[in-house]
Amino acid sequence: MPAFPLVEFRDVSKRFGDGPLVLERISCAVQPGEFVSVIGPSGCGKSTLLRLIAGLSPCTSGSLSVGGRSPAEAAAEIAFVFQEPTLLPWLTVAGNVEVPQRLRALPRAERNRTCARVLELVRLANRARAYPRQLSGGQKMRVSLARALALSPKLLLLDEPFGALDELTREHLNEELLAIREREDWTAFFVTHSVAEAVFLSSRILVMSANPGRIHAEIPVTLPRPRHAETRLSREFHETVTGVSRLLRSVETGAV
Amino acid sequence: MTKPLLKSVLPAAFGTVLIGLWYALRFWVIAEERRFILPAPDAVLTAFIENAPYLIRAALNTSQGALLGFGLAVFVSFSLALLLSVSGLVRAALYPYLMALQLTPLPILAPLCVIWVGAGLESVALLTFAIAFFPLVVNTTQGLISVDRNLVELFASYRASRWQQLFLLRVPAALPYFFTGLRIAATIAPIGAVVADMNAGSSIDQGDGLGFAAIIFSSQGRYPELYATAALTCVLGLAFNAVILTLSWLALRHWHDAYEKSDR
Repeated sequence: MPAFPLVEFRDVSKRFGDGPLVLERISCAVQPGEFVSVIGPSGCGKSTLLRLIAGLSPCTSGSLSVGGRSPAEAAAEIAFVFQEPTLLPWLTVAGNVEVPQRLRALPRAERNRTCARVLELVRLANRARAYPRQLSGGQKMRVSLARALALSPKLLLLDEPFGALDELTREHLNEELLAIREREDWTAFFVTHSVAEAVFLSSRILVMSANPGRIHAEIPVTLPRPRHAETRLSREFHETVTGVSRLLRSVETGAV
Repeated sequence: MTKPLLKSVLPAAFGTVLIGLWYALRFWVIAEERRFILPAPDAVLTAFIENAPYLIRAALNTSQGALLGFGLAVFVSFSLALLLSVSGLVRAALYPYLMALQLTPLPILAPLCVIWVGAGLESVALLTFAIAFFPLVVNTTQGLISVDRNLVELFASYRASRWQQLFLLRVPAALPYFFTGLRIAATIAPIGAVVADMNAGSSIDQGDGLGFAAIIFSSQGRYPELYATAALTCVLGLAFNAVILTLSWLALRHWHDAYEKSDR
C-alpha cells in the first residue's frame, strides 16, 4: 500500500449557508494512480465533492486532505475540467491551452512547448490557431482537457465533462481519455451520470444516494486494461454495467 | 447580379432617386416664391465649392474638439467602469449622478460649458465628452460584470489574482459591450459637438466651427450654404461611425457571434 492516499475524506459534511445538508459524513480515499468515478441521482452532491477537493468551497465539518495537505495548499497539483468547455472565445485554441501557464507567469518558450505537447495528446495540434467557435462540441471539450493537462497535474477533477455530447463522441472521448492516461501519470476523480462511462473508465465506482448525499456503495471495476472500444462488447463489461445500474436504480427509488 | 455588386449599386440607385425627388418637389410642389427654402442640389454643391476653404476649416475645428472630447470620454469612462465593476454598492452610489449628467439637456449644458472653460475647442470637447460619456460607461460596466460564471470559476480554480481576473478575463469579455457603447456614443457625439459649436464654436485664434457656420448662414439667409453645412456635418458623422465600426470589426471579428460568417 502507498504511504498515504492522494485524496482523503474523513467524516466530511457540507451545507451551504443555513440550507439542508448536501453531503453527510463522507469518508473515502483515492490512491495515487486510481481512476475513481462518482455516480448518483441528481442533487446527491457529486459536483460539490469535486468543488471541495479543488478548494473552491470549504467543508462544513470533517477533514479533507489532498496529498497530505489542505486542498488550498495542493491547488497547484489539481486541475479541474468543467461540464462546459469554458473556453475563452477571444483566444485561439493554443491561447486557451496556455491560460493556466499564463496565470502562473511561465515563460513563453515553456508555454509553447507544453501547448504543443498537450494538443498533440488530444489530437488537435492542427487546430492550434482556430478559434473556439470554429470547433465542434467534442473538439472544444478536448481543448478543455488539454488545458487541464498543461500544468501536469497529479489529480484531475472531471465534472461530467462529456455530459453534453452525443453518445458516439462521448465514447470516442472516453477511449481517448484512457489512451492519454496510458502516457501521462495522473489520478482521476470523475463525476458522471452515465453508468457505461463510469464502468468503462474507472478502477472504482462510488455510488451515491441523495438528500443528504452519502456514499452508498463502492464497486471495484476489474475489467482488464488497456481498455478500448471492444471492451464494451465483453460479457464482464455488461455484467458490471447491469450491476451498477441496478444499484443506482434502487438508490434513486429510495429502496435502499 | 451578385450580392456584393447589388450592395454597392442599390444605395447609389436610391440616392439618384432621392435627388430626382428633390428636384421634382422643388419644381412641381413648392410655389416659385417659396423655392428658396429648398435650394436645388446643384446650387448646394456650388455653395459648397465656393465656400470650401471656410467650410473645411470649420469642419476641422469641430472635428478636433469632437475627437478630443470623444477620446477623453473613452478613457475616463473605461477607468470609471473598472471602478464601478468592483461592487454593486459603488454603482448604487454613483449611477444617479451619471444619470443626472446624461439627463441635463445639451442646450442648457452648452452655455455652462462656455462659462467653465471658455469658447472654442475646449467647450466643444467638453460637451462632446458629456454626451458620449454615459453610453460608454454604462455599457462597459455592464460588460465587466456580466462575465460567464463558468469562466470566473475556471479562473478561481487556478487561483488567479484579482488583477489577472480583471485583465485576462473581464476586460476582454467586456469588449463587445464596450464597442456597443462606442457605436452609440459615436452616433450622438457629432450632435453634441455641433450643438456646442452653435454656442461656443467661434474663437478668435481658431475661427468658426460647423455649428457656428450654420448660425451665420441661417441669419444671413444663405440657404444653399446652410444645406451644404448640414451635408458636411452628416458626412463627418458617417466617416466617424465608419471608423468605429471598422475598429469594432477588427477587435471582434474572430470570436464574436455578431461577426460569425454563415458559411463556416
